[in-house]
Amino acid sequence: MKAILRFVVALSAVVVALPATAALNVFACEPEWGALAQELGGEKVSIYFATTALQDPHRVEARPSLIARIRSADLLICSGSELEIGWIPLLLTQSGNPRVQLGSPGYFEASQYVVKLEIPKVIDRALGDLHPGGNPHVHTDPRNIARIAQALEERMVLIDPANAESYRSRAKSFLERWQAALARWEQQAAPLKGMPIVVYHKDFSYFINWAGMREAGSLEPKPGLPPTPAHLADLLDRMKIQPAKVIVYSPYNSPQAAEFLSSRANIPTVMMPFTVGGTDKAKDLFGLFDDTIGRLLATAK
Amino acid sequence: MHRKATMALAVAAALGLPHAATAQTQDELKTLREQVRQLDRRVTDAEQAVIQASSRPASESAMNPAVSVILNGIYSNLSQDPNTFRINGFVPTLGDVGPGVRGLSLGESELALAANIDHHFRGTLIASISSEDSIGVEEGYIQTLSLSYGFMIKAGRFFSAVGYQNQIHAHAWDFTDAPLANKVFLGNQLNEDGIQLKWVAPTDLYFDVGVELGRGRQFPAAAGPAGPRNKNGVSSGNVFTHVGGDLGTGTAWQTGISYLSTSPQDRTFDDPAGTTNSFTGQSRLWVLDGILKWAPNYNPTYTNFKLQGEYFRRKEDGDLTSGTTTQTGGFASVQSGWYLQSVYQFVPMWRVGYRYDRLNSGTSSFSAPLNAADFPILAAYNPTKHTLMVDWSPSEFSRVRLQFASDKSRSDVTDHQVFLQYIVSLGAHGAHKF
Repeated sequence: MKAILRFVVALSAVVVALPATAALNVFACEPEWGALAQELGGEKVSIYFATTALQDPHRVEARPSLIARIRSADLLICSGSELEIGWIPLLLTQSGNPRVQLGSPGYFEASQYVVKLEIPKVIDRALGDLHPGGNPHVHTDPRNIARIAQALEERMVLIDPANAESYRSRAKSFLERWQAALARWEQQAAPLKGMPIVVYHKDFSYFINWAGMREAGSLEPKPGLPPTPAHLADLLDRMKIQPAKVIVYSPYNSPQAAEFLSSRANIPTVMMPFTVGGTDKAKDLFGLFDDTIGRLLATAK
Repeated sequence: MHRKATMALAVAAALGLPHAATAQTQDELKTLREQVRQLDRRVTDAEQAVIQASSRPASESAMNPAVSVILNGIYSNLSQDPNTFRINGFVPTLGDVGPGVRGLSLGESELALAANIDHHFRGTLIASISSEDSIGVEEGYIQTLSLSYGFMIKAGRFFSAVGYQNQIHAHAWDFTDAPLANKVFLGNQLNEDGIQLKWVAPTDLYFDVGVELGRGRQFPAAAGPAGPRNKNGVSSGNVFTHVGGDLGTGTAWQTGISYLSTSPQDRTFDDPAGTTNSFTGQSRLWVLDGILKWAPNYNPTYTNFKLQGEYFRRKEDGDLTSGTTTQTGGFASVQSGWYLQSVYQFVPMWRVGYRYDRLNSGTSSFSAPLNAADFPILAAYNPTKHTLMVDWSPSEFSRVRLQFASDKSRSDVTDHQVFLQYIVSLGAHGAHKF
């Protein structure tokens, strides 16, 4: 007992000198937000990418390395809308870092700044793993990126006023380039209008909405549940009456179910980049949309 | 717009219309411009309204804490009578260590409430409702959110950070029951009334260190009618530290060491013969734990693998009073135990797991006037157990498990156990510790 009491005294006497870091430490829950923070922050930020395109952002283990990174973060950028509910709340309570707790300026949920789709009218687990706040994969609509960029710019200026000018000018430049790209993408994506596609998971709803495409079904029988043979057979029957043009999936999905359906329905499958780093060409946010549209156009021909 | 207006003017001039018409066109244009401006404002307002409307609805109950309920039910087939269950070579903990009842039974149900209290604190209450209709507080604590520099304080009743498995809720265990080592050294699972201070280092490699001071309400600090010590201050202390990180592109690891020190007073246990013995002295427990989790690219959806092990070593010395002879004498023991378990998800939803348990009772020493023969349960014996399980989780919220075990906790017989169990969670989406 005495040893333990002595230890307590020693521990409470520990004076923690925070390492003098010049850059703003950003913890990006998903790669797209890390890429956006990089566009706005440049050299003023140091970004930790908590996940890659090969991970399902809903199923992430609350690993010790993630706690260690959140411990030192000044700004946390997540999609929100319960996408990270299985891991971020746990990391936050174990981090001992008040700067990024819910309600602090360092806590940023991207989905709060855009119009959400697929807000469920009925909330019941029998309907699958629903997100009561709406579909959280907001980044697949390029217009949302612009809206979120503006909100993030304000947040970065608030947290790190010393570098406000840099954030403002970088955001201005980014938004100019983004608007130009958006005009180009709108033209390029025109042939996709009305195209029926089958998705693996409902993670492209915002893109489909932007491009005016039509979702003709999903491989998952219910959101978040893996594809079953019975459901795929159902889907195949439905596609005989209402044919789809293409089956899309994300890098973190196994291509098996998509290929199974593809060989029977005689339509191609496309692995979409889904986020930054999902394909070789999706090196940044511009590359993400260039490649997404490019891959779909290739099948539309 | 301008070009159109100019054109209109030109046409008007060419047609020789009166000046009044030109003025009228310009007025109209002005009105139109104003209308466009107003429309633009309305569109912006409408967009804002839609953004707000698409966010969560506001209501009084929106502030309710996250509520979740765990239900579990079990069918047990035990080759030995569970009423005769004991772990030979070790002091009975009076905890809930047995294999439960035979046949169909409702397991322990859990009701959990959790929410941020304000910007400083978060509160959690987990009540367990036993199948015998009694309600207990499994955990009920507050924890700080606003301390800086990586410090956190937890106060109330919580699962002690001694070892790894002890902090995990039973519904999240990979096997139906706790390892033998947790049963003999921590009375199945130690939840302490006390306070915990923890510090996480500002390093990329995870490192924490912490201390717990408690009331000593359970084994090893107390057991039996005497209950916890009647004293001010602290009756149980635990220090712990963990290191953890990533390896390559799919492996995460963590290892920890903890030291639990208590000074039991009149801690009693019943011998199978029916007498009650009591111990007063020092009990010190070291636990070394390690966990390794692998998933391809850290994506556990399709396949993943988990390896977990702990080593316990306990030293006790003090005075033991025999219930048979009512004599008191010196008692000392050094005992250890370990388990190693691995769980593999080979396809989505399906996992298999194997666990090996082993305890080492060592040889307890009794000084005069005590006689080792008066304490038959403490006679040297090394229990072992093999456990095999397969489980199916059709969603994040339900799991059905089949488990076989060959349990040599008793020195004379082997208990062959079969469990068929369901565990489901209702309500708020849970998050599981690493």
